[in-house]
Amino acid sequence: MDAQGRTVKAGASTTPIARAKAFGRWLRSGSLGFYKVMRANPLTLVGFVLVVLISLAALLVAVVPPITTALGYPVQMTPYGPNDLLPCPVVGNRTFCAQPPSVEHWFGTDRAGRDVFSRVLAALPLDLAIGFLIAGFSLAVGGGLGLIAGFWDRPGTVGAAVSLTIMRVTDVFLAFPSLVLALAIAATLGRGTVPCILAILLTWWPYYIRLTRGEVLAVKHQPYVVAARAAGVSEWRILFRHVFRNILEPLVVYLTMDVGTVLVVFSTISYIGIGVPPDVPEWGNMISAYGDYLLIYPWMVIFPGLAVFITVVAFSLLGDGLRDILDPRSRRALAQAEASTTAAATPAAPEA
Amino acid sequence: MGRSRGDLIVFVGKRLLTLLPVLLGVVTITFIFTHLAVPNPCNVWSGPRATQSTIQQCIVNNDLDKPIFNQYASYLGKLVVGEWGASPRGVPVLPSILAAFPQTLELVLAALVLMVVIGIPLGVIAASNSGRWLDHIVRTFYLSGWATPTYLAAAVLSIAVGPLLGLPRNGAFTSTVPPFPQPFHMSVLDALVALNFSGVVDAIAHLILPASALAFVNMGIATRMTRGSMLEVLPMDYVKTARMKGISDFFVLYKHALRNSLISTVTVIGTTMGGILSTLVVIEEIFLWPGLGSYAYEAITKYNFNGTIGAVIFFAIGVVVANLIADFVYGVLDPRVEWR
Repeated sequence: MDAQGRTVKAGASTTPIARAKAFGRWLRSGSLGFYKVMRANPLTLVGFVLVVLISLAALLVAVVPPITTALGYPVQMTPYGPNDLLPCPVVGNRTFCAQPPSVEHWFGTDRAGRDVFSRVLAALPLDLAIGFLIAGFSLAVGGGLGLIAGFWDRPGTVGAAVSLTIMRVTDVFLAFPSLVLALAIAATLGRGTVPCILAILLTWWPYYIRLTRGEVLAVKHQPYVVAARAAGVSEWRILFRHVFRNILEPLVVYLTMDVGTVLVVFSTISYIGIGVPPDVPEWGNMISAYGDYLLIYPWMVIFPGLAVFITVVAFSLLGDGLRDILDPRSRRALAQAEASTTAAATPAAPEA
Repeated sequence: MGRSRGDLIVFVGKRLLTLLPVLLGVVTITFIFTHLAVPNPCNVWSGPRATQSTIQQCIVNNDLDKPIFNQYASYLGKLVVGEWGASPRGVPVLPSILAAFPQTLELVLAALVLMVVIGIPLGVIAASNSGRWLDHIVRTFYLSGWATPTYLAAAVLSIAVGPLLGLPRNGAFTSTVPPFPQPFHMSVLDALVALNFSGVVDAIAHLILPASALAFVNMGIATRMTRGSMLEVLPMDYVKTARMKGISDFFVLYKHALRNSLISTVTVIGTTMGGILSTLVVIEEIFLWPGLGSYAYEAITKYNFNGTIGAVIFFAIGVVVANLIADFVYGVLDPRVEWR
C-alpha cells in the first residue's frame, strides 16, 4: 500500500543492481513509516489486521471448493454447506430447528435448520468481491472522467465543453438518492445478483467524479504543475505524472472506506427483497429473513449483522490509517506528536 | 457580486434554474429504465387472471403500442402541465405524492434536529477531549452508527428498543385516520393546528423511533466533521486569546470555536442529503411511515411507473434544494462568502 504515489524512479538508476538498491531503500522507508503509523495509532493496526483476516477468509472460502473437486476428496472451509439442512431434534411431535449457539453450531442454526456460521462465512466472498468490484469500477470510470473534467476546463475549448457535459450528467446522477435509483433498476431488471450489481454500478461512479475533479482543481494550479508546463512537459505527461500522482492518495483512502459502504448498500437491496435470491447466503438476506425473530432467535440476526458491522468498521479504520500513511502533512504531524514526549494533547492526525 | 439581498435573489434564481436540466435528466433516465427494462408491464398490471383482451385494452390505454420515443414525448408533455398520471390501480400520482412528501419532510427535519442537537455537541466534546477516553467513546459511537446498516439499526430499534420503551413503531398515528383534519400532512403540525393535545403526544411518540434511526446512522457525518474542524480551529490564536481573556470554557468552545467549525459541518450535511434520503426508503418501509420513501418503494415494486418517476422527481428536488439551503447557511455563517 505504500506503493501508492511513490514508485521507484526508473530513470534515476540505470543498472539492475542500483535499481534493486533503490527499491530496497524505498521499501525500508515505506515499511518504517508503516510501522510508525501502526504504533502511533493502534486502531489502524486493528483495521489492517481485520481487513487482512477478512480478505484471507473470503479468499479461502472462495478458492477451497474448486480445489476439493480437483483433489477428489472433500476439504471444507465452512463446516457445513451453506444450504445444507441439518437434522432437527424432535420436540414432542414436531421437529424443532433454530438451535441456539453451541459447540457444534457456533452461531446456532436458523429456522430451516441451516448452520448460521457456515452461511455467514459463505457470504463473505460474494459481499467482499462486490464491495471491491463496484468501488474499483467506480474509481476507474469516475476517476477517469473526473480527471478529464478537472484538467481540461479552460473556457472556449472542446475540453471545456466535454467537462461541462460530464459535470451536468454527474449533477443528474447526484440528485438521485442512489438507493432509489438502484432499487428502480434492480426491480425492473428482476431479482438476482447481477441486476443488483449493475444497479449499484450505475449509481456509484458520480461520487468519484466529484471527488477527483475537486482534487484535480486543487492540484493543477500548484507551482510544480505550472513549472512542468513552463519546462515544456507534454499535457498528458503532466496529467499522469504530476496531477494524477498527487491526487491518488485521497482516492485510495476514499476507495478503502467505500468498500464498506458498497457492501452496506448491496445488503440493503437484498434486505428489501429485490436483491439476491433468498437461498443465496448474503448478510442482508439473512437479516431480512429472520429480522422479525430478533427477540426470539437473536443469533440468526445478530451474527450476520455483526459480520457487516465488523467488515465496515475494519475498512473504515484502515482508510483512516491509510490517510495518515499517505498524507505527508499528517505524517509530519505524527512525527511531531512522537517527538513531543510531554503529555500535551497534540492531535496526532485530525480527521478531515 | 456581493452580499446584498438582490445578489441573494439572483443566486437562488440561478440555482433553481439549474434544477430544470437535472429534473429532465432524472425523468429521462427513470423513464428509460422503467419502460425499456419492462417491455410489457400490462401482464403484471392486469393481474394473473386477465384475459388477452383486457391486456390488449391495457396496452392501448397506456400507449404501450407506440414507439418509445412517442411515449416519452407525450409523457413529458403531460408532466409539464401537471398531469402526472395514475397508478395501475387508478390512484392519481401527484396528490398521493403531495400527501406523502410533507410526512417525509417532517421525519427528515426531526432527524436533522437530533443530528444537530446531539451530533454537533458530541463533536465538540470529542475535540476538546481529544486523545482521551471521552474522545474514544464519541468516536466509537459515531463509527458504530456509520458502520451499522440502516436496516439493522431500524430493525433493532423497532423490534427491541421500541417495545422496551413502550414507544409505538408503526405509522404516524395510532389510528390510521386521526380524528382531526390533516391540512399539512405533517403529523405533529396537524395535531398542533387542531389543538389536539393527545394527538400531539401520539404524533411525537410515533416520530421518535424512525427519527432516531435516521439520525443514528447519519449522525457520524456531523460529529466527525465537527470534531475534525474543531481540532483545526482550537489551536488558533483567536481561540487562545479568548481563553486568555478569561472567557469561560463553554463560551470559548461553543461561541468562538464552534461558529467557525460549523461552516464545514453544514456543507457536509447538505451534500450528504442524497444519502440521507436513500436511507429514508428503508426506514420508512420498516416503520411503515406514510412518506415518500415507502411510496417510492411501493411504486417501484408494483411496477407503478408514473409513481416511480413522480417520487424520483421529488427526491431530486429534495436533494437540490437541500444543497441550496446548505449553501445559504454557509453564506450566512461565513461573512466572506459572496452570493454567486
